[in-house]
Formats: sequence, structure tokens, C-alpha cells
Amino acid sequence: MAKFTKKPNELIADIEYSKTPPTDWMDTPVEFKEHTFCWGAKGKNLEIVGFPNARDWSPVEEDWKLPQDWENIVMEGIKDRLSKYRSFKLFMDICVRCGACADKCHFYIGSGDPKNMPVLRAELFRSIYRRYFTAPGRVFGRLAGARDLTLQVLKEWWYYFYQCTECRRCSVFCPYGIDTAEITMMVRELTNLLGLNTDWISGPVANCYMKGNHLGLEPHTIKSSIEFFLDDIETITGIRIEPSFNRKGAEVLFVTPSGDLFADPGTYTAMGYLMLFHEIGLDYTWSTYASEGGNFGFFTSNEMAKRLNAKIYAEAKRLGVKWILGGECGHMWRVINQYMDTWNGPADFLEVPKSPITGTVFENAKSTKMVHITEFTADLIRNGKIKLDPSRNDNIILTYHDSCNTARGMGLLEEPRYVIRHVCNHFYEMPEDTIREKTFCCGSGTGLNAGENMELRMRGGLPRAMAVRYVKERYGVNMLANVCAIDRATLSTLMDYYNKGVRVTGVHELVGNALIMKGEKQRETNLRGEPLPNIQQKEGA
Amino acid sequence: MMKMLVPLAAVIVLIIIALAGVEAAGMQALFGIAIPYIALIVFVVGMIYRVMDWAKSPVPFKIPTTCGQQQSLPWIKQGKIENPSTCFHTFIRMALEVFLFRSLFRNLKTEMKDGKVVYGSDKWLWLFALIFHYSFLVVLLRHIRFFVLEVPFVIEIIEALDSFFQVGVPLLYITGVSLLAGALFLFIRRIAIPQVRYISLPADYFPLFMIIAIAITGILMRYFIKVDVVAVKNLTIGLVTFNPTVPEGIGSIFYVHLFLVCVLFAYFPFSKLVHMGGVFLSPTRNLANDSRMVRHINPWNYPVHVHTYEEYEDEFRDKMKKAGIPVEKE
Repeated sequence: MAKFTKKPNELIADIEYSKTPPTDWMDTPVEFKEHTFCWGAKGKNLEIVGFPNARDWSPVEEDWKLPQDWENIVMEGIKDRLSKYRSFKLFMDICVRCGACADKCHFYIGSGDPKNMPVLRAELFRSIYRRYFTAPGRVFGRLAGARDLTLQVLKEWWYYFYQCTECRRCSVFCPYGIDTAEITMMVRELTNLLGLNTDWISGPVANCYMKGNHLGLEPHTIKSSIEFFLDDIETITGIRIEPSFNRKGAEVLFVTPSGDLFADPGTYTAMGYLMLFHEIGLDYTWSTYASEGGNFGFFTSNEMAKRLNAKIYAEAKRLGVKWILGGECGHMWRVINQYMDTWNGPADFLEVPKSPITGTVFENAKSTKMVHITEFTADLIRNGKIKLDPSRNDNIILTYHDSCNTARGMGLLEEPRYVIRHVCNHFYEMPEDTIREKTFCCGSGTGLNAGENMELRMRGGLPRAMAVRYVKERYGVNMLANVCAIDRATLSTLMDYYNKGVRVTGVHELVGNALIMKGEKQRETNLRGEPLPNIQQKEGA
Repeated sequence: MMKMLVPLAAVIVLIIIALAGVEAAGMQALFGIAIPYIALIVFVVGMIYRVMDWAKSPVPFKIPTTCGQQQSLPWIKQGKIENPSTCFHTFIRMALEVFLFRSLFRNLKTEMKDGKVVYGSDKWLWLFALIFHYSFLVVLLRHIRFFVLEVPFVIEIIEALDSFFQVGVPLLYITGVSLLAGALFLFIRRIAIPQVRYISLPADYFPLFMIIAIAITGILMRYFIKVDVVAVKNLTIGLVTFNPTVPEGIGSIFYVHLFLVCVLFAYFPFSKLVHMGGVFLSPTRNLANDSRMVRHINPWNYPVHVHTYEEYEDEFRDKMKKAGIPVEKE
């Protein structure tokens, strides 16, 4: 495949919202456009987690190597899910196609493809639901908006439901709260009954299942990665930190996405965690077994998500900790907020989280026993338990990107902003229609952060990039903060594409920079090894 | 185009059926008695069935779409209505949704201008949806006068308010006109906005045409082609007292109006119009965001295969020991 070379303005020039295809959507066959889809799952990765129809396959080949009776498998799968999820059943029945959702989807805004309007994405599936599960659909067929299930339809599902990041923005605007994420989850489950996952999701799932994290970092590698950070921290601050791993009897288990151990700029966020925990003397441990906060199972099936998530409580129990602290990650927090306790609770072997530093009891986490790092840090700052010098971040003109899942599947809006305002002097919000509950996806969530689908990612990220460009031009913003490991990886690519010069940071990297540690030497650089702004000034003077 | 013409033709055919039925075939009893009873039964049984069917399906996870700040540290102001964590606030959220179409009020219009994506407020759909639904409600309530001997005081107040402008004889009801205006707006919007036209199905046009036809026949009957109101009331009272009669001299337009209403009612439970009942059950709106505080139970939660710590340690024990990571079995 040729490299993706389209320029941003070429990509934008394609978009025309008022232009619809000449043919009705049911008569417009799906076209697998280069750079807009992911590679198919590898057989070996599906085998590891015991998924059906494990084999190597390619979406661009005519033959998808489906089981003989795939239609039956799909029908039984739909029936099963309709009986298990009120959301699914209801969302099939009550849409009036008012179109309020249509221009709210980042993939639609970035592509102009009508099948990316949430309502039409849902209709791709609803048309089959009507045909086989409703009386009008059976009797009136197409007149009732129904169509037969064919291989073409299946391919269309695969293309478009792996083109939705389950961000829930449409559901904010829907007068009935219809959530395309629910529908996407169901259709993705159906594709998984046929072995039709993507390589970029099934690989991390298999890794996470066997090794505890998406990247497949083995225990000694996790430790040595963190030791690299410790070396860097020592160079910068003169302080040698000694964290523990798989330590029984620690008060707190810390779980964060493995991406932060692996690649910039997530690694700087991980350094921020290490420095903060050391400074406040937190009695905590990392785990190499529960070494993943994220959950690519969540992009696969409910059952797979539960299987991966189970490690967190199991490890907390084995180590005998009192409660769990979770790092910066987007979908991880939707899972923890809305799924973990239901799947794998009750966590009655843990205690209601209480900050050992401030004594604050986290009542809002009294059942899951898991606290978000920005809740924890905001409480530390509020109680004056850490010393901060925000001027160390004075070279940064910051804006903040709310992750879809923490915004719309949790409501974590003020905590990160509170932290940011205390560690950074120059903070500007993006336009209000693009933040908080109306935030835009990075364009690469739900396991779409692969390389081969780069055009799709850049199209999906367009609304976010445009909003950043606005504050860049207006306030000179040069840094985009977030609380999500996928964001840290994907927004960097997005900014390089649309807004050169804007870099990406986790909130706790900023904390690490601003944090005044006991016994530290005069810092000369930030966590990235760049000269601190006040040092630059001194040299200039 | 066919998507629009087929439902339009269907409504015209229904009108012809009613006209032919009463004018040519003299089947007043069928259209005045039998069909209304059948339609009502289909509507009531159908809607109960649909709502029960949703209500009995499980809600495995607590999945509210949060549109504001969560309940967090005590000094962080919670968006109690947009992100409720108690039953009471969830109730308020639902009430705003049902009575004021809160989510639709958020509507934005996305446009591309000079290579920039811009968002503008777009409240027209909200406004006309609100006008349409409330007009429909008031029109329905006003019709109660036909089904009771003594018109309740509340209905008289509604009628008085509805004819506030005191124009025409008989007095003009505002909601009759606004219902028609609302339905026409929804129809024009559906054909005028290319994206909405593209997603529209025959099932989207049919109820609109039906409601437009019902409103027009109603308005015609009240202001232009007068029918014998006393005879109509005899018929409707006969229906509710299960002592049905077909009085002489009711104009055909009444039967057309009634037949269309009957078809709409009977069609209701099989169509998208069930959103009327469904909106109350939407799990992204009617659940509190308290799933970190109170464990939500999934009735079909089942045990799953996991890769246990023991299996993990067995695979990596040597590497762990070498790296100085504690293990369970030496």
C-alpha cells in the first residue's frame, strides 16, 4: 500500500456536507478506501483468547473466510443481545431520524460521508433488525426501511462500525439519548462471533490477556522501563526514587495504561506520577500482572472486556492493598465508572478510599474503591500538601482536551482543570462547543489508533484539530493537555498533521515539572530535558 | 422521491376509502363504531406490549451519558441535573427531557466555512418540535369534550386559553393552526436539508402526512365544512358508554377525520411513534451516575475465563526473580 500523503487542505477540500450521493444509501455499496480501515485480526491472537473462526484474513480480499453458516451466527447473536440489553432494543425502535445527531460525529464532520452520520450508521444495522425482528419489516421490506442480510451488508458493517470511536457525542444531542456507542459495541460483538476483529485491537487484547498489558511488556521489562524514568528523574532533580513492584501489604495499588511506560510523551506523565508519589510518601505499589488500565477488550466484546478487567481486583486482593488509584486514561475510566464493579465486584475486600495524606474520604468511589489520579491530586493541592512552582511551565501555553469517555461516561471535567490551573500559568480553553460534554474525539479511540488507517484518523481528528488551531492562532497555544494515554499518542500525530508546533502532554507531566520536591537540586530542565523557562531568562539576563 | 410519494399515496387512498365507505357504501357503522374500537384496542394493547417488552429487558450496566461535572470532591460543584447522582436529580433530568426536550435544545449546526469548521446555535428544530408536540397534546385534550357529558372545568380553561385571540366564529383555536404549522415545518425540514432527506424513510413521511391530513380535516370541519356537532357528540358518547349509535346527518368529512385518526392510532405501536413511550426508558438518561458509589447488578452476569496470576507467574517466574520482583512460589 502506498504511503498516506494527502495534505490537510486536500483532505478538507473533499468535504461537502450538503452533497449527498446520487443513489439511496441502501443502493450505495461500501467501498474500502485506502488508509481508512485497519488490517484484519491475526489467527494466533484470536486463538489466545479462544475466539471463534481464528484465521488470518484480509478485509481487502473478496473472501473473508467466514464460517459456512455465518448468517445464522449473526441472527442468533442479534437475538441474544436484544434479550440482554434494553439499550440495544430500545435504540433499535425509537429513533425518529430527526437528524439532530447527524453533524455531531467527528467522522462525519471530517469526511462528509453520510454513512458516518450517527443516525445512518445505526440504520446500517437497524435495517437488518427491522427485516428479521419486526413485523412491518418482514411484511413491507424496503418500504419499511428493511433489507436482507448479505455479505455486502456485513462488509459495510465492518467498515463503518470500525469507524466509530464510541465517543457518545451523538448521544448528548439525541432527544432520546440514543447512544451509537451501544450499537457499535453490539455490532462489533457480532463481527467477533465471525472472527472479524482488527489486528490493532486483537493484538493488544491477546497481549493484555497473557502478559497483563496491551503492549505485551513482560514483568522485568516493566521494571526496567520504569528504572529508565528513575534515572532521568535523578538527573533532573537529583533525587533517586525507589518504587516497588507487586509488593504485598502496600496501602494503594496504582494502575495506569501501559502506553505511558512505552512512548513519549506518555513516559513523561509516568515520571510525573513517580515524582508525586515519592514526594508525598505514598505507600503504594505497581503491579506487573495488573499492568494495564486501558481495556481493548471493551472494543471487542463485553465478555472480553470483563476478562481483562478482572485482573485489577484480583491483584488488589492478592496484594492485600486497601484501595486502588488509577492513572490518566480515557476509556479506562468509562470502564471503571460504569462497568468494573458490575462485572467483577463487589470489591468488599477493599476499604473506602481515603487519602493517607489529607484524610479525605472519596465517597464517590465508595463501592468501586478506585480513585482517579486527578481527583487525588486535586485534593492534595486543595489541602496544600504539595508545593508547586507553575512558572516552571511558563514556556507552555496550554489548552485542555477532554477525553470522550471521562467527559461523557463519567463527568470528570473540573478535577483536571483544577490541577492544571495550579501547575500552569497560561491556560486557555478551546471554544465551548468543542470541550466538556461536547468534546471531540481524538479520532483514533476504540482501537483505531493504527497506522494503516491514517486518513480515517486524520479525518476523525479534524474537528479537534480545528479547535486547537483556533486557540493556537488566538492565544499562541503550543501545548495540548489531556488525561488519556491514547490521546497522548494520537493527538501528537494529529497535531503534527494539522497544527505543527503544538505538542501534547499529560496533566501529570505538568505536575511533575511544577512539583517542588524536598531535597531536590536546582532544576535546570523540565521532564523532557529541555531548559526550564526561568533558567533561559537568567541566561538571557 | 418514491420514499415520499408512497406514503402520500397511502394517505390519499385512506381518505378515498373513508369517503367511498360512507358515501357510496353507507358503511357509517364500520367507520363510526367498529374501526374506532379496533383502533383503540390495537393502540392500547400494542403500546402496553411495546413498553412492557422494553421494560422487562434487562439493564446490565449503568450507562448514563454524563453532560456535566460528576459528584466528586465536596468543593467541586457538581452538575446535578446534567450529571445526576441521586434519584431526585435523575427525575429532574428526565422531566426536562420529556417536557422541554432538553437535549434537542443543545442542538448545534456544523458548517464548513473557508476551510474552517464552525458551530452555530440551531434551535429551530427544538422550537418547532416543542410547538408540534404541545399543540398535539392540547388538541387531544380539547377533544375530551366529545367524550364526556359535562365538560370538565380544566378543559374549558384550556379551550379558553387556546382561543385567547378571540378571532373568528367559531373562535380560532391556536393549537389547531400551530399543530399544522409544526407538522409542515418538520416536513419541509425533512425535504429541504439534504442530509435529513437522505436519511428519511417512508416511515418518516407517513405519520407526518397523516397528521397534516388530520389537522386539515379537523380545521375544515370546524371552520369551513360544518358538521352537525350534536350528532357527532351523540356518536362519541355512544362509543364511550358502549352504547354505540350512528346518528343521521354527520358529514363525510367527519368520517374521513375519524378514520385517519384511527389508522394513526393503530399504526402507532408498530412505528417510530413509540418514541413517546420509549423516551422514559432510555438508559442513557434515566439512570443516575452513581456506579462508583453503589454497585449496579447485571442480572445475567456470568463467570468468565481469566488468565490468573498463578498462570502468569508460572510463565514469568524466572524473569521476575531475576528482576527482583517478588513471587508467590520460589
